[in-house]
Amino acid sequence: MMLMAARENDTENMEIDMLLAGIRRRYGYDFTNYAQASLKRRLTRAREKANLPHFTALLDHLFHDERYFDEFLRQMSVTVTEMFRDPLFYKAAREKVVPVLKTFPFAKIWHAGCATGEEVYSMAMLLQEEGFLDRARIYATDFNKHSLDAAEKGIYALKNIKDAAENYRTAGGAHDFADHVSTSYEFIKFKDALKERITFSYHNLVTDGVFGEMNLICCRNVLIYFDKTLQNHVLSTFTQSLRHGGFLCLGNKETLNYTAVRGLFEPVDAKQRIYRKIG
Amino acid sequence: MESFAYRAVVMGTSAGGMQALKTILPALPESFPLPIAIVQHMQESADDFLAEYLNGISPLTVKEAEDKEPFSPGTVYLAPAGYHLLIEADQTFSLSVDVRENYCCPAIDALFESAAEVFGEALIGVVLTGANGDGSHGLKTIKARGGFAIVQNPVTAESDYMPAAALAATPVDRVGDLEQIASLLVHCSEVSEKNIYG
Repeated sequence: MMLMAARENDTENMEIDMLLAGIRRRYGYDFTNYAQASLKRRLTRAREKANLPHFTALLDHLFHDERYFDEFLRQMSVTVTEMFRDPLFYKAAREKVVPVLKTFPFAKIWHAGCATGEEVYSMAMLLQEEGFLDRARIYATDFNKHSLDAAEKGIYALKNIKDAAENYRTAGGAHDFADHVSTSYEFIKFKDALKERITFSYHNLVTDGVFGEMNLICCRNVLIYFDKTLQNHVLSTFTQSLRHGGFLCLGNKETLNYTAVRGLFEPVDAKQRIYRKIG
Repeated sequence: MESFAYRAVVMGTSAGGMQALKTILPALPESFPLPIAIVQHMQESADDFLAEYLNGISPLTVKEAEDKEPFSPGTVYLAPAGYHLLIEADQTFSLSVDVRENYCCPAIDALFESAAEVFGEALIGVVLTGANGDGSHGLKTIKARGGFAIVQNPVTAESDYMPAAALAATPVDRVGDLEQIASLLVHCSEVSEKNIYG
């Protein structure tokens, strides 16, 4: 006998398949190869927030209301991020990646899936302190236009960055975090010297292709949302976008171990998930 | 009676969890046949000290789960600090840095509910000591899908809130002290049919 809960679940999964197909055809965003477990939790959260009983009702709402789709997209890509998230990664990048970048007259850096930009500014600060920012161009991309707008403004609520100064110090910050920002009562704003070296642009990792001849690609805590098929697709895009010897930096719990490109990279710092292209 | 074996264990704990895991995990033999995934609430900036420490005192391998790593027998996987831990249909892990649930990341509910969907009645869910209601909803889902639910006795738990909340949320199969939970898990893993009550 099949449990009722199991039957309901099968129906729900069928509805989700229809929902994803509908979004793909109506708006061109393809969530089909996202990691199903976390995708389902996000969709459930969106459905509950919209106060709708079923995913088919959510599909109806999304299909006919473009403004709601905008909001939905935002909910689908909300992640927790912060300045110098995983400070020891930035310390390792400063010690092991930047010295290699310095051997080039100019370096191109791609921050893929930059969300609201906290980690892009962290990298720019680090490069400036290392005296390399004026020889670098950072391309920060995301598929969410609202996140990109926020990233481009570079204005953050003070209460949301309370740990920034401490992370900055753990990351090996050579100056004072406050030197890089202008502060008003409730907000901080990154200085123009940092912003001038960053180009923000729309790029969808699922549907868009190779991006330049990069010396470094940073894509932290983005691949965890994709299934193995999509991970391999995106990692192939990264491999083709990197120069020989270029660096690939992943999130602290992401690994190339279970992917098709593992033989094309060697670890530079295994614990901090910094790899170098050898293939 | 349906004939099948349990295939996986998920555990959740918060305040007092380190002490509880120090009791349960070393009591499980190296031959324990079911994979175990655990959410222990901790500071989001914590490193992998807990996994290393528990690995040193347990016959089973204890490690932090990595994204897309297979959920394999003989190993105990801990959710990394600051990441939700979920199980996919192909029995590999996926991680997420989504918003906190029940004020927590990792959240016990996220692990329990995703595991219930994959393993259904072949899943054992365990709620231990803690000062937060996370895990109640997840344990209820495990029961609704026909799984086996174990809750630490709130009277002897270091912090009674989490086990009491779980007991209030759903009928469970067993309530026990830590030592009893370890031997119950071994017993469950040995039966090939669902005759725990026999």
